[in-house]
Formats: sequence, structure tokens, C-alpha cells
Amino acid sequence: MSVENPNKIDTSKLDKIIESYDSKKSNLIAILQKVQEVYRYLPEDALTYIGTKMEGLSPATVYGVATFYAQFSLEPKGKYEIKVCDGTACHVRGSMPVLNAIKARLNLTDGQLTTHDGLFSLETVSCLGACGLAPVVVINGKVYPQMTSDAIKIVLDTLLKEEN
Amino acid sequence: MEKTALNINIKEEQAKAQELIRQQGLRVLVCAGTGCVANGSLKVIEKFKELGANVSVLSDYDKMTTVPTGCHGFCEQGVLVIIPDKHVTYVKVKVEDVEEIYESHIKNNQPVERLLYTDPKTHEHVHKNEDINFYAKQTRTALANCGHINAECIDEAIAVRGYEALANVLEANNPDAVIEEIEKSGLRGRGGGGFPTGRKWRFTAANRGGKSYVVCNGDEGDPGAFMDRSIMEGDPHKLLEGMAIAAFAIGADEGYIYVRAEYPLAIKRLRKAIADAEERHFLGENIMGSNFSFTLHIKEGAGAFVCGEETALIASIEGERGMPRPKPPFPANKGLFGRPTLINNVETLANVPVIILKGADWFAQMGTETSKGTKTFALTGEVNNTGLIEVPMGTTLREIVFDIGGGIRGGKKFKAVQIGGPSGGCLTEEHLDLPMDYDSLIKAGAMVGSGGLVVMAENTCIVEVARFFMNFTQNESCGKCVPCREGTKNMLKILEKIVAGKGEMKDLDTLEELAHAVKDGSLCGLGKTAPNPVLSTLKYFRDEYIAHIRDKKCPAGVCTAMKKIVIQPDLCKGCTKCARICPVGAIEGTVKQPHHINPEKCIKCEACLTNCPFRAIVLE
Repeated sequence: MSVENPNKIDTSKLDKIIESYDSKKSNLIAILQKVQEVYRYLPEDALTYIGTKMEGLSPATVYGVATFYAQFSLEPKGKYEIKVCDGTACHVRGSMPVLNAIKARLNLTDGQLTTHDGLFSLETVSCLGACGLAPVVVINGKVYPQMTSDAIKIVLDTLLKEEN
Repeated sequence: MEKTALNINIKEEQAKAQELIRQQGLRVLVCAGTGCVANGSLKVIEKFKELGANVSVLSDYDKMTTVPTGCHGFCEQGVLVIIPDKHVTYVKVKVEDVEEIYESHIKNNQPVERLLYTDPKTHEHVHKNEDINFYAKQTRTALANCGHINAECIDEAIAVRGYEALANVLEANNPDAVIEEIEKSGLRGRGGGGFPTGRKWRFTAANRGGKSYVVCNGDEGDPGAFMDRSIMEGDPHKLLEGMAIAAFAIGADEGYIYVRAEYPLAIKRLRKAIADAEERHFLGENIMGSNFSFTLHIKEGAGAFVCGEETALIASIEGERGMPRPKPPFPANKGLFGRPTLINNVETLANVPVIILKGADWFAQMGTETSKGTKTFALTGEVNNTGLIEVPMGTTLREIVFDIGGGIRGGKKFKAVQIGGPSGGCLTEEHLDLPMDYDSLIKAGAMVGSGGLVVMAENTCIVEVARFFMNFTQNESCGKCVPCREGTKNMLKILEKIVAGKGEMKDLDTLEELAHAVKDGSLCGLGKTAPNPVLSTLKYFRDEYIAHIRDKKCPAGVCTAMKKIVIQPDLCKGCTKCARICPVGAIEGTVKQPHHINPEKCIKCEACLTNCPFRAIVLE
């Protein structure tokens, strides 16, 4: 998956995505998902463009949908998207210590979601349906089962090493 | 009604598919569900395939075939390898073990003892599949094929009578008879509501004639539930067949499966299944040569729990914010794009083909008076065997937790079970012999819900769990109804105050008052049920709330605000390890002298505690 420079919105790219979904209003969520795949987040300009371009929509409606669903992010996400499952099973088996360990390792302060170097972003999700493996962490789609605060530090260290 | 002549003979197709399976020789099933893939099953599959390709001598077979399957349900023991002809299940298989299984068992009929499942009670290896308690006590109908067939191969589904029910229904050409059969079976909605499925079909069918839709609700948002994921990943054709039968019964020609975006594997397998079924004329125009056409689409969700509510789900398919709207009008009259719409949950639809095949009476003999058939439960938490199970309705909690689940982990004491996710309630020791069905659970102040069963032991803090669920519902409240939006926020604030050790006794009354206001003043199921975890824990574990408030103590030792970590001076050797580990520099002391934790700075992360080589650091 190639990542576009978020500072420049290539409207022809957006047009292509909109067309691939027949410019249908009911496909708005799928369109936004595709756009987020390209930019790793939803740039505000893209939302305005889609809202103006597509019939029956307004920028306000598009913004409303984009902010309603948890999957959409209006802030750039990190190169590594870390999702800590905090569903019931993971919570009972200790997902919070794992989350705290990640925050500590990446020096993320409360409320901060992405590291300053843009490498990692962190979020909790409510359930990934892999409850038998609790607690679970997913990094860019890869599932890391039965995590502990020590194990996740090793995972992060390995990723950091690869980056350097 | 006149019978329809079909241009596909499903029995012939079945025989052909079964022959294909016979030709596979010895089948080695390797789980390729989300859980086992995370544990490395793809590598295990590759290795088996590599070995199987060069096979020269096998004791009773001329070849072997490695079959990647959907979820077996026994996720914790993954990677699971099952060789049905040898009645054996291997657990926790790593790629390094594959050669041994191949050489020893497949070639020389000698089971590999160390990879067999160990019973948590007897500590003995279990040699035969049918003796593993986790499976032996289950009755699998919706999950019957999950883990036994290759979910990405339509022939494997056809071989186990896939699409036979659809063919029978199309041939008989009597939609009303189908609805009658479903009504007679007593099937009720498996997504949480428990509404009689046949009645829902009848309501929607009353609007036959114009455009209408069938929608499958695969927005399995309850944390701790994964039965729908398993069905979509492990036996997608059963779901497609169930939807096609429903569409035929109510006179719809188009359908949607709404799947959570968090389930990428399910989406992938469903897409493949739809394409394969269309190619074989089991979906699409003029199915099997009949007049019935049915087109199926997939809609990916984008992460909103409230979209599990049917009117919110419809809004989301239409591309809008997933907010519920008042009912009536019910979707049966005015649903998707303003047309009559039937919405059923994944598990409900997966029960349809088998009801048609084996008959409503067969289905209705399982379960209790008012809750027929079987129900899947996702058994998780502090229990030995976590995984997905399916049992007849009315099975007791004791059988589920202690027989199938193998009891509590690490010999801890059973405390409670949280059932039905954030909408459900707690069941305690006194409920262990309660039959698990819709009505008994409602009476006990809980609900079947989607079937998430989280087992909690003495080391789980009930107040913290209530806070956890309230945090979840507060986050997921769509904000439309003020009581839900503001009420859940204030309830959460109070619960946070209590777990932080700052609660007051009068908070408990406010909590209860707010709970009833949210319940009464909300439009949809989310708000109406959001206070349930609080109400039910207050009912059964009030003393634990009081301990937090009055004694500033967390009986389970979970709530960090009430914890104190100390170094025992007589055991501390002054090795300085803890001081170096502490992320906030809260540990002071000089080398070879007992150290000391500054409680002002300590964040109670327990890093020192777990790393002290002399076990001198304890929790008070």
C-alpha cells in the first residue's frame, strides 16, 4: 500500500475512487475507507471535495459520517498502527498493563495518539473477536496473541530496530 | 402450488463433491481461523502440504490432503490439527512439530503423545476427539461444519449437504410453507433480541410484491463474542444459503451482509463464497433454473457498536451516520431504502438450512419450552478452556463453565459470569444450575444477548468490570437520546470515582437513579440495556461497592488507586535493579541498602514487583 503525501490532495485520485463506487451516496462509507487507505487518514480537504462533488451530499454530511465511525481518523496515523484490544476477555486478562507498557515504551503521554516521529499510533479497540487469545494486540493487521507487558516491549523493540 | 423443475440436481452435485473429498485420501484439517492464524497456522499448513506432496508410503491411504478449515472453537489450544480418520486432535502445534506428526502418526500410526490435549482436571492426555470434554458435551448445529471443511471451497460445503435445503425449497416452490416451518421450529433471534424468527419473516412477507431486501446483521460488536465471525469464516456458504432461503420465503431479490470492518478474514471468505456460489448458480439470476433470483452484496462497517441495532444498521448501509430511529415503522414495513426489509443475525440464518433439511420437529426437540434449538456461547475469561461452544438451550451454567470450560484457571475460586456483553448482567454462584435460555436469564436480571460468556474469578474486581462496560457504552452511545448520552457519562464518572477510592455512599443511590432514567428514556437497545451491568452488579455484589467506598479497599486487589507497593526491608538486598527499572524514578536507596518506594511518585505499574530477584517487593 503506497502512502500519498497528505499535504497535496490529488483530486483525480479521489475522482477515481468515487467513480469506482458509482458515485453512489450509499457507498460513502466504502469511499471514505478507500480514501483513508490511500492517505492513512482522512484529510479535511478530501472530505470537502467528496461532499461537493457527490450528488446529494454536502461537506457537512461527509464530515458527520467521518466523525461518527471509530475507524475513521482525521489525524494522520503512524506507519505502524497499534490496536490494543480492550474487549471484555482481553480486559479481564490484563490488556491495560499491556497498553500502559506500550505508552511507556513509546513515550506517549495521555491523550497523545501518534508518536512525534509519526512512526507509531496507538488506539484501543473494543473487540477483535480473537478472545481465545486474550489479551491481543494488532499491529498493521498482524495479530500478536497472549501479550504481556514484557512481550509487547520485545515486539516494539524489534520494530524499532528494523526502522533504525 | 406447482413444483418447479430445477436444472441442477443437487444430489448429483453432492455425490460429485463427496467423490472429490474421497479422492483427497487422508484429510489433515488445520485450523485457519483468526485465532490459529495468529498462532502461526499458515506455516503449519505449508509444512503439511510440503510433506504430503512427496508422500510415498502411507499405511492405509495412497495420499494425504491438508485442508485449511475455519475455526474449531478451541482457540486457546491453537494451532489445532485434526485428523478425523484417526480420531485425533493435536493442540498447540508449532511448525517444528509437523514432521513428527507426519512421520510418527500419519506414516506409522503412532500418535504423538506430547501434542495431545491434556485434560485440566485429570492431567491426562486425551487420545480420542470424542473424549475431549470441550467437544463431547456440545451439540453443534449452526457450527456443525466449522472446522471440518475448507471454507474457501464450495465443493466441501456441497459435500456436507450445502445448498440442498435451498434446492428443496425452490423445487417445492411454496414460500408460505417455508415460513410455517421456521415458525414451527421455534427459532428465535440469536443476535440478542430473541424475537421469534418465523414471525419476523411473516411480517415482512406480508409486503410481498414490490422490492424488498434481506439483510444479515454481521456487526458482531459485543466485546467477548465471536460466534458470527466463526460462522462467516468457517462456513460462509451456510449463511448464504440461509439468506437465499429467507429471501425466497419473503419475496426479496436483493440482500446485504453487513460485516464489521474488524473482521477482514470473514469479509474475504464471504466475497469468495458469493463469487463461487454465483458461478454454480446457487446465487444470482434464476437460481438453479428457477424463477427465483437473489443478488447478494457485502457492506463493511466502520466501527460503531450501535450499528448492531437494526435501524442504525440500515442507516449505515445507506451511507449515513449509524443512528437508530424510532420504531414503528418497523423494518418489515419500511426498512432499507424505504423498502420492506428482513434483518436477521448471522447465527439465526445459519440455523435455517438445517431446519429445512431435518425438519422443524427435529429442531424443536432440542432446548426448552420457550427456547428451542441450540445456542453458541463464546466462553472466555478466567476459565481453562476458552473458545466457542454450542449447546442445547437450557444447558446449565455449571455444565458450561465446569464441564466444557474445564473449570477456573489456576484453581481460583469462581466468582461470577458476565453474560450478554455490555447489555447483559452478572450471574453468580447461586445461578450455576440455572438453565440458560431466554426467559430464565431475563428473570435473573441478565440476558442471552449475543452469547458472550466472560468467566470471572476471585481476582476480578466487579466494580471495575461495571466501570469497564459503562466506559464502553458511554463511548458507543450515538448521542441521539439525551438520557443515554448524558446519563452514561455521569454513571461512568461515578464509577470512576468509586474505583479511584473517592466514592461516597450516596453515589450508589444516584447511580441507581441514573440507571433507571437511562433505561426508560432511551430509544434503542443500546441505551435501554446500557445500565444492566451496573444494576446487576449492584444487586449481587453491593458489598464490593461498599468495600471500595467505605473501607477504601478493593477486595479483588485490582483497583490501582487502592493498591500500595512496598519493599520489605528485611528481604531487600539493595541490588538497585528496581530503581533502574522504575519508569518514574520513584525508588530511592543506596547500593546494598534496603530501598524505599516514594508513594507520591509511584504509578503502581508493578514493574519493580515482577522484576525483583529476591521477591522483596509486595502489594499491600
